[in-house]
Amino acid sequence: MANGPTDAVIRVRDVVVDVESHRVLNGIDVDLYRGEILGFVGASGAGKSVLTRTIIGLMPKRQGLIEAFGVDLDKANDSQKRTIDRRWGVLFQQGALFSSLTVGKNVEFPIREYLRLSNRLTTEMAIAKLEMVGLKPDVYRDYPSELSGGMIKRVALARALALDPEILFLDEPTSGLDPISAAEFDQLILTLQQTLGISVFMVTHDLDSLHRACDRIAVLGDGKIIEAGTMEKMMASQHPWLKSYFHGVRAHADWQVAVKG
Amino acid sequence: MTVATLLTKQRGDGLDLFASGSWTAENARALEPLIDAVTRPNFPLRSVAIDLAQVDHIDTYGAWLLERALRIWSKQGCGAKITGLSEDYRSLFEKIRSGTHELTAKPPRPNPIFATLESVGRTMAAVGSDIQLLAQMAGALVLALARVSVRPTRFRFTSMVNHLERVGWLAVPIIVLITFLIGSILAQQGIFHFRKFGAEVYVVDMVGVLVLREVGVLIVCIMVAGRSGSAYTAELGSMKMREEIDALRTMGFDPIEVLILPRILALVIAVPILTFLGSMAALYGGGLVAWLYGGIDPVVFISRLREAISVETFEVGMIKAPFMAVIIGLVACVEGLQVRGSAESLGAKTTSSVVKSIFLVIVLDGAFAIFFASIGM
Repeated sequence: MANGPTDAVIRVRDVVVDVESHRVLNGIDVDLYRGEILGFVGASGAGKSVLTRTIIGLMPKRQGLIEAFGVDLDKANDSQKRTIDRRWGVLFQQGALFSSLTVGKNVEFPIREYLRLSNRLTTEMAIAKLEMVGLKPDVYRDYPSELSGGMIKRVALARALALDPEILFLDEPTSGLDPISAAEFDQLILTLQQTLGISVFMVTHDLDSLHRACDRIAVLGDGKIIEAGTMEKMMASQHPWLKSYFHGVRAHADWQVAVKG
Repeated sequence: MTVATLLTKQRGDGLDLFASGSWTAENARALEPLIDAVTRPNFPLRSVAIDLAQVDHIDTYGAWLLERALRIWSKQGCGAKITGLSEDYRSLFEKIRSGTHELTAKPPRPNPIFATLESVGRTMAAVGSDIQLLAQMAGALVLALARVSVRPTRFRFTSMVNHLERVGWLAVPIIVLITFLIGSILAQQGIFHFRKFGAEVYVVDMVGVLVLREVGVLIVCIMVAGRSGSAYTAELGSMKMREEIDALRTMGFDPIEVLILPRILALVIAVPILTFLGSMAALYGGGLVAWLYGGIDPVVFISRLREAISVETFEVGMIKAPFMAVIIGLVACVEGLQVRGSAESLGAKTTSSVVKSIFLVIVLDGAFAIFFASIGM
């Protein structure tokens, strides 16, 4: 908040990542600005998840710089890393809920670990988070195996939001949801971004979500960022992959009207 | 990190509260007692005014703590007014306010005596359903075997050979090592105690009969249940979790025929072979100890062994082996197919597969002991 309104909360510079001696990312530069929703697209297997996992520290990189909140993650000590982990939340593609814990305990898990609040407040916050993502408080006592796919995503989002993070990483949040649930989920992300002021890094394949939710879009191809910018810029781009992606059979005619109009 | 504070000023039967600092997750622990204090006043409270003008940051934690206080005050019949809330946080406040924040009451805890009785009853019913499931699986297996023997090309021979390698060939070193050690220990203990009566040479009878009739097959079956039965349960369980078994079914394949029959047949072939190898290793271990520790010459050992045991002794052990294999395989597969969605249930079923198959192997061994005694073997 000390910086300007468009300062970068995540800065990725010239990042190179190898997976089993195969170069997946080859010099990636990307920024996530405070308060924006960045949509991240690319062909299947282009390395979108690899980049996400590299940023959050689950995969090692060969070279390059990753900064979160102005701290170089390679030079951060343990307590700085812990603070940064606290300030971001991750929604994994399959939800990654702990199957041996109830929904409530899943959401409470990071709260208990980091904040050491009273039991009463911990439970109340878990219920508040569940309600924020549009669930009934009574799912608190259910086990993840009893939930539907859409509910699992919502619970996972509630857990990702448990500590009021400033950055939210979403890995294909609407995959596996029906179009109505997907639209609701996008709306939910937008509402949360507006009420909580979080920055969102969203890997997605869903053209509808890119349209509905994202402020900016970055496109990954051949291990590099092909293009980054607003939807209008994407629609106007002459890059062949972008043209077939945004003007292909899955694209809706009304977007082009909307963008041009 | 800046701290959060809540200043209180009493004004007649009302309170003026001045909040300042960061009302965020980091400070929630310190803020909760402050909120508790102002919601439990020691005088009849009529009205509250909260000034948030000095607050520089609020997140859901701070918003909920204020909302909690507002709810308590409204229950006490006390009016509350919030001033100075920055526009940025208004939507957050509304989001928090809109929730019910209440769980429906838990069903009351049942009487502990009834609960214990109920759990005993459920366990008994579970034993019944286990037996039923085992019988069903055995029936389905016989049917699959019948179908396969009518059209042998349907049999998954490659799969069976693969399992045979894993449960048979790869198990040989550990089985031979363990039975060798058991044979050695039996002989050592026998010599140590029989020496008191000067009857060391009868150790050969004891080791021979015990290993060939009982210990060889039992040790091998316990090892196989722990090593291969658990692997079967875990494999089938994770296939069940990832809907692979349902996928097979929808493509018109019978999972019993494709997955379970080759596994159980592999066990039925492997366990007798392992039992034979194990028994030989145990006799070798016993003979070695008898020679080195008891001073019984190998030639004496072998001639004594020839008198002590007959082909019948050997047969008794070997006949049991395939039946044990079927029991281990059936239990492992039944448990595997009962795995539900969670990782915990996979672990629980794998454990119960090993426990149940070892239990049933020992029960079956007892039944065989009665059977062989009554037919005079």
